[in-house]
This record gives sequence, C-alpha cells and structure tokens, in this order.
Amino acid sequence: MSVNWFRFSSPVSFYPLAGAWSYWFAILAALLAGAGLVVGLVIAPTDATQGDAYRIIFIHVPAAWMAMFIYLVMAGWSALALGFNTRLSAMMAQALAPTGALMAAIALWTGAFWGRPTWGTYWAWDARMTSTLILLFLYLGVIALRSAIEDPRRADRACAVLALVGAVNVPIIYFSVQWWNTLHQGSSISMTAAPKMAMTMFADILIMTAAAWCYTISVVLARVQAIIVERERGASWLESLIDLRPKGTH
Amino acid sequence: MAQFLAMGGYAWYVWMAYGAAALVIAIEIVAVRARRHRALDQLRMSAEASPPPPSMLRPRSAR
Amino acid sequence: MESPSAVDAIGWALRRDLRVAMRSKGELSVELLFYVIVVTLFPLATSPSRDTLATLGPGVLWTAALLAALLSLSRLFASDFRDGTLEQIALSPAPLVGLVSGKIAAHWLTTGLPVAAMAPLLGIQYGLDAPVLATLALSLLLGTPILSLVGAVGAALTLGARGGGSLLALLVLPLYAPVLIFGAGAVDAVRAGLSAAPHLSLLAAGLLLAILAAPFAVSAAVRIALD
Repeated sequence: MSVNWFRFSSPVSFYPLAGAWSYWFAILAALLAGAGLVVGLVIAPTDATQGDAYRIIFIHVPAAWMAMFIYLVMAGWSALALGFNTRLSAMMAQALAPTGALMAAIALWTGAFWGRPTWGTYWAWDARMTSTLILLFLYLGVIALRSAIEDPRRADRACAVLALVGAVNVPIIYFSVQWWNTLHQGSSISMTAAPKMAMTMFADILIMTAAAWCYTISVVLARVQAIIVERERGASWLESLIDLRPKGTH
Repeated sequence: MAQFLAMGGYAWYVWMAYGAAALVIAIEIVAVRARRHRALDQLRMSAEASPPPPSMLRPRSAR
Repeated sequence: MESPSAVDAIGWALRRDLRVAMRSKGELSVELLFYVIVVTLFPLATSPSRDTLATLGPGVLWTAALLAALLSLSRLFASDFRDGTLEQIALSPAPLVGLVSGKIAAHWLTTGLPVAAMAPLLGIQYGLDAPVLATLALSLLLGTPILSLVGAVGAALTLGARGGGSLLALLVLPLYAPVLIFGAGAVDAVRAGLSAAPHLSLLAAGLLLAILAAPFAVSAAVRIALD
C-alpha cells in the first residue's frame, strides 16, 4: 500500500482528522441509537417468560461486549506505543480507558436491574458479571496508574505495560471465574438463560452494538483531541488551532 | 403512552437501566467536550500571554 | 572479561536480596505475623462453630496469603529504587531479566515460602484435617510464586508513582483473582472429597506462564521507572 500510515501517527496530521471523524461518528451513533431504541422499546414484542424486563439486554449486551472489546483495542494501541514508541498510540490508549470503564459500569448496572426481575436478586455471582467487575477494576487500575505518574511519557509506557499484562490476564480471569462458577453454583442462575432470541431482538442488539461502536469512536476521538492539546502545549503547530476556533464560538 | 411507560410492570427496572445508562453517557459527552474546550482555552491564554515569533504563526503543512 | 550470563545474574541477585532480607529479620517476622493475625481474626468476626470455620478456612487462608504477599511487595524494589541501587543494578552488564528474576525468587523465599509453611498450622485452627492441610500447603507452594511474579510487575510499575500502597493493591489484586480461585478451589475440592488435581495442574500451568512472561514485563517496567 502506498499510503504512508505513519503520517497519521503524528498528532499534527491527526488532530483535524480526529475532529471530523468524531463529528460524523457522533451523528451516526445518534441515528443508530435512535433506531435501536425505537425497535428495542416499542417494536420488539414482549417476551413470553420475562415480560418487558428483557428489553434491558439491548443496552446490557452491547455495553458488555464493548467493555471487553475496548480493553483489547486499548492493549493493541499499547503494544504499538511500546513497539514503535509513537506518542499518538499511547494517547489513543489513554483516551480509550475511561470509556471502557464506563461501558463496564453500564454493563454491571444494567445487569443488576435485569437480574432483579429475572433472578430475584440485584447481584448474583454469575460468571460474566463477576468477570466484568474484575474488568472494571483493571480499567480503574490503568486510569489510576496514569494519574499517579507525573511524567506523561513515562505514564504512557507504564500504562502500556499494565494494559498488556492485563490483556494476557483477561482470558485467564474469564476462564477461572467460569470454572469457579460452574463448580459452586446450582444450575438455577445463569445468564445464558436469556430469552429465546427472536429475530427482531437479535437484530436490535446488533443495531445497538453498532451505535455503541460509533459512540465509542466519536467520544474517544474527541478525548484524544483534548489530550493532544493538553500534552503538546508549546508545540508550534498547535498555535494555528487557535485561528480555527476563534474566541466565543464552540 | 402510560402503557409504554409502565413496561408491563417492569418500569422501575427498565427505566433505571436505560435512565442510568443515558445519564452516564450524557455526563461523559459533556465532560469530554468541556475538557477539549478547557484545553483550547488554556492554549489560547498562554499564546496571548507570550506571542510566538512570526515564523510560528504560519500554519504549517504536515510535519 | 565476558559479560555475565542470565543464570549468573539470577544467582547474584538472589544471594544479594536474601542477604539484605536476613539483615532485617524483624520485618520478615512481622510480615508472617500479619498473616497469622488476619487468619485469626476471621473466626472472631463469624463464629467458632466447626462447620462455619471449615467452610471459610480455605478461602480465608488463601485471601490472607494474597494480602500478605501484597504487603511485602513494596520491599521488592522500592528501597533499592530510592537509594539508587536499582539504577546501578540496571546499568550492570548482566541481563536485567535475570537480575529481576533473582530478586523475585528471593522475595518468594522470604514471604511466600514461610506463609506456605505456616498455613497448615493455622489450618488446624479451622478444623481442617490432614489431607486438606497437605493440599493447602501444596496449593500455596504452587500459587505464592505466581503472587510474587505478578506482584513484581505491579511493584515495578508503581515505582516513583504517587499513592504507592493502595495503587499497588488496585493494580495487583484483580490480577490475583485466578490464583485465588484455583488455590482456594483446590483446598475446597479435597474438603468436599473430590480430587484437587485439576486445580493444581491449572495452578502449575499458571506458574509456568508467569515464570516465562513476568520477568520480561518486570524488567521493562523497571527500565521505564528508571528513565
């Protein structure tokens, strides 16, 4: 391929690109979420066994998927940051962590409110809930480490190592929690006892997942822009940004 | 409408789940926008405090 | 003079750290005492009934081992980092991976091993019988080295960071979850009359993985901290 991808690895050329993408993905996310919510809350038929409580899965499942997936993407950027020593990769990893933590938190919260009517309890030590909780701790660890290290370049690399160690551990944690769960629990409670997937339901989960994707891309790119401005302060190219955004406008 | 809001008796669960998710997402959007705005503001202030040499005001091509 | 091999480096760092640890025996015994006290507190918080204690025992003995390992992690690099010794060590011609491996081994010999030796004794307090106690010791022998190895990554990453102790806990404890599950699970399995072999083999597999991977992550983290 003749495209010089490293060109985009410099914050200079990436900043305006991130702004444009953030904008368009935000619109896309809003459209998809709007459609997904209408289908999920209104059009999809009431489930025979779970009633309308099942409608929570339209946010629960996409959030849980995103929480898992964002960690992998973050680890991927971390690996690039360590391997090629590119500033932008580290900034991407830094920008992904809070949104990943947010997705894990949403998955846990909505899981609790789904669990109460279906299992009769807000919190069950279900394998997926438990590993999502540990995943949330891993995110919080990365964020805490970042804020505990003064020098941003050192924080970049320390967080990258932590994210990679975490990524190796995520499957092990997942497996071990699953194992522990099957040994200790009766078969009464299980997330896999989800209502039988009707076609509309499955389609809507996909729509909502696509919306979550677009939302994540949009908000992460916007955060990367903020991080670039915060960290590259003093770099001469940044001064030209001021002209792009005159005082008083947004 | 009332029937829709009642969610077949599961209103508390469904709307707590959807409401909380919507709330934290809204908070994140506002926070990220504020952070970007603040960063640019600070950049502007520091630029006004010490005007850069003319050579730096030229918008530079990539790299 | 040819540069020292990784094995030399391990041996040198191991001997040096053991020597340093032996100089402060008081600190070592306090760490072990911490383990004893935490384990002793649990019956006071619940009930002295044999049934309750036997159910709680494996989990308590293992969780306390995690906390004891966590407590001692700051000793691993922090003082060497503060007085500049770590920088000298990293500058030596010996491979850093070997040096940190030696330090980790010394850490395990002075914390994990005593805990594993002490645990069966404490298990008697919980009314566990001989086969269960033997599994407890074996699972701790396999598991505590993982705690030292994984914990060393966290200890190296938090060098020079603010809020050392609690930050280290946040980084390391979630990563300890699988060790806890398999370790306490092994003891629990024997208590329930099942075989502990699957748990123990998984612990052994985890130990191998940690031995192969952790020293590299630790040496990378040490280099980052020294930059």
